[in-house]
Amino acid sequence: MEIIKNDKTYDVVIVGSGAGGGMATKILTDNGLTVALMEAGPFFDPANPDQQLHLKWPYESPRRGRGSTRAFGDYHASYGDWSLDGEPYKMKEDTKFSWWRSRMLGGRTNHWGRISLRFGPNDFKRKSIDGLGDDWPIGYDDLKPYYDKVDKYIGVSGSKENIYNEPDGFFLPPAKPRLHELYYKKGAEKAGVKVMPSRLSIVTKRINNERGVCYYCGNCGRSCGVYADFSASSCLVFPAQRNAQGRLDLYVNSMVREVAVDKNGKPNGIIYINKEDNKEYRINAKVVVLAASACESARILLNSKSTYHENGLGNSSNMVGKYLHDSTGADRMAFIPDLMNRKTYNEDGLGNMHLYSPWWLDNKKLDFPRGYHIEIAGGLGAPMYGFGFDYNSLNKFFGLEVGGYGDRVREEVKKYYGSTIYFAGRGESVPNVNNYCEIDPDTKDKYGIPVLRFNYKWSDYERKQAKHMNETFEKIVHNIGGHMLWDNEGPNYGLKNPGEIIHEVGTTRMGSDPKTSVVNEFEQLHDAKNVFVVDGGPFVSQADKNPTWTILALSWRTSEYIVQELKKQNI
Amino acid sequence: MNRRDSIKTIVIGSLASGLVLEGCLPKEKEAIYKNIWKYKYGRTPEELQRDLELLNQVFFSKEEMNTIRVMANLIVPPTAEGTIEQAEVPEFIEFIVKDAPSYQEVLREGLQWMDATATEKFGNAFVNCSETERKSILDQVAFANGEKTKEEAFFATMRNLVITGYFSSEVGINDLGYKGNQPNIWDGVPGDVLEAHGMSYDKDWEAKFIDQSKRNDLAEWDEEGNLIT
Repeated sequence: MEIIKNDKTYDVVIVGSGAGGGMATKILTDNGLTVALMEAGPFFDPANPDQQLHLKWPYESPRRGRGSTRAFGDYHASYGDWSLDGEPYKMKEDTKFSWWRSRMLGGRTNHWGRISLRFGPNDFKRKSIDGLGDDWPIGYDDLKPYYDKVDKYIGVSGSKENIYNEPDGFFLPPAKPRLHELYYKKGAEKAGVKVMPSRLSIVTKRINNERGVCYYCGNCGRSCGVYADFSASSCLVFPAQRNAQGRLDLYVNSMVREVAVDKNGKPNGIIYINKEDNKEYRINAKVVVLAASACESARILLNSKSTYHENGLGNSSNMVGKYLHDSTGADRMAFIPDLMNRKTYNEDGLGNMHLYSPWWLDNKKLDFPRGYHIEIAGGLGAPMYGFGFDYNSLNKFFGLEVGGYGDRVREEVKKYYGSTIYFAGRGESVPNVNNYCEIDPDTKDKYGIPVLRFNYKWSDYERKQAKHMNETFEKIVHNIGGHMLWDNEGPNYGLKNPGEIIHEVGTTRMGSDPKTSVVNEFEQLHDAKNVFVVDGGPFVSQADKNPTWTILALSWRTSEYIVQELKKQNI
Repeated sequence: MNRRDSIKTIVIGSLASGLVLEGCLPKEKEAIYKNIWKYKYGRTPEELQRDLELLNQVFFSKEEMNTIRVMANLIVPPTAEGTIEQAEVPEFIEFIVKDAPSYQEVLREGLQWMDATATEKFGNAFVNCSETERKSILDQVAFANGEKTKEEAFFATMRNLVITGYFSSEVGINDLGYKGNQPNIWDGVPGDVLEAHGMSYDKDWEAKFIDQSKRNDLAEWDEEGNLIT
């Protein structure tokens, strides 16, 4: 097929507009570079009344919010979920991998939980601690200045706690706990579990004059219409556009297929399919920055085959796609009788829990090597589709009749409203070379681009950790007189399928040795100096934290390096 | 053309082309058009097209819709707080079975079973039975314990949809007492609620939390990361 060329050559082409790509766009344009930002989905602005999702009522949707076209519900700010029409992915043998893709400006930062945790000193050096996996080639001190800058620029609410592996930052004050969170605190502390204010990229106090301050509607998952939460669109791409004075071109609905190379095998741009006309186009650039998400960036590299790069670009080590890993997860829910018959008041609060538990134990004394943190949910939430299903099933805990209809419905629905707490353990898995994504030899998507095939198995390290999560939740619930609503039995203890926590990383991992890693400590391909990866791909290990804050800090650091290297004419 | 105009064009284009609304009378077209603008909730063009197609289909007959309405009124009886009709529960159920077709068979067969049972026992269709007669039919299937029969599964499904439809409506939300979804300042659990639950905010914790009187002061920190504004 003919590739449509354009004479313009950008300094940098960035593929993907989420956390990593958004940050690179901001820093590179602020430093005077010309940038083409490629996004596979449409333009999205949470403040645009036609796209706005926050502050909608359940009855403004004819399905009352049911997740018919969006897996997490009608008002969830993600265009795309575990599956996309015409864009399949495959699995090898009995692998069960779920791959979330948000095709829109800002990507998954529009819908994420805003949990913004720095990796601690130990999180970069796990092999030195337990002998498993690998150390990162950098440490906390290398990243600390960038975490500080991200805190100050984007904003994160939290509190100083002086815990070695949960480093403090520049926090905005956190919000007071809700009632069920006070119950959680009581039960958890009695079980010896540390509880502290959450660290969320939600602006509880004014951070600049371009963004609003949180007004506690609890709708962060819908992407904030006054920009009081961190989304890459509102906090990075829009400010970059305002400041770039024509140096930034945003290409939406543009699906990047591969990195282009010149006749000597040196990358010199990208090739993409314009979804509007289905034709192939080329963007010329001195530097290519991939930020399409860990798996999508690996896919682009693997599909960038040429005589000089027979295995795909950056893959002389055969490591592209390897060491794919997600956070672990196991969930439980409990009924707390003391939370029955509640007086109602506006308890929406922030768009995630106000309190959480960081990892509090020493793995040397346990039968699994890595930790987890605990997230909780509950309270007097908005009644969406699904509210009131099996409306009086909790009667069984009192030996009362279940079922019926009539006047009792109102009474019993109100009796149980807000009386449950949801627990989610989110932990660190051990990266494994045998868990990977690769190009499926037989399947192409609707754009003609070869798709990914996943191969992934959990080990006993993760299963034993999930077992411990369940035991912890049971202790906490027992301490506050509650009842578990389900059990996680069986060999996996409710361990979720890989991909389901949507923290997949590791596919272009960082290292000093080009034989065992894909990028160096500046996220620069060992095999091509002018190509960088700034999404979760370069993570050597995904800590028991959420990855976004580290993606942002790494991308900022890499972007500064790109500016310097271009100045020195090294790339 | 801005985005709002482009979405309008898609809708009007679909209406004008007659492809989607084939067979509709002009009045019905107008009603559907109104419906689309009633539900303005940040859809993508693909989602909007899907809604349009579903709103243009009819699943339940007028008789079935009337049975659903009567049954829903028994499940959540009308009060001064709100009614099934105000909550538009039958309309919600009509939409959801097209949105999630797995509901169709169980509901349609269940409605048929109700009428067949009513006719057999009382010589009338369900809606023409007395309230006592209707309740005696519902009572047969409303208290499922463990594994459900087909009829019990029908009732449980209908009850779920009626209750969810009622409480997710404007009147239902007020009835429930949900007070959120509006800009406000959260400053902790109300004092009387804390007291009733024997809870309090620890003294050594209080200082950590936001002083809401300073929320609009631009954040500044010292070098150690201590907030100074």
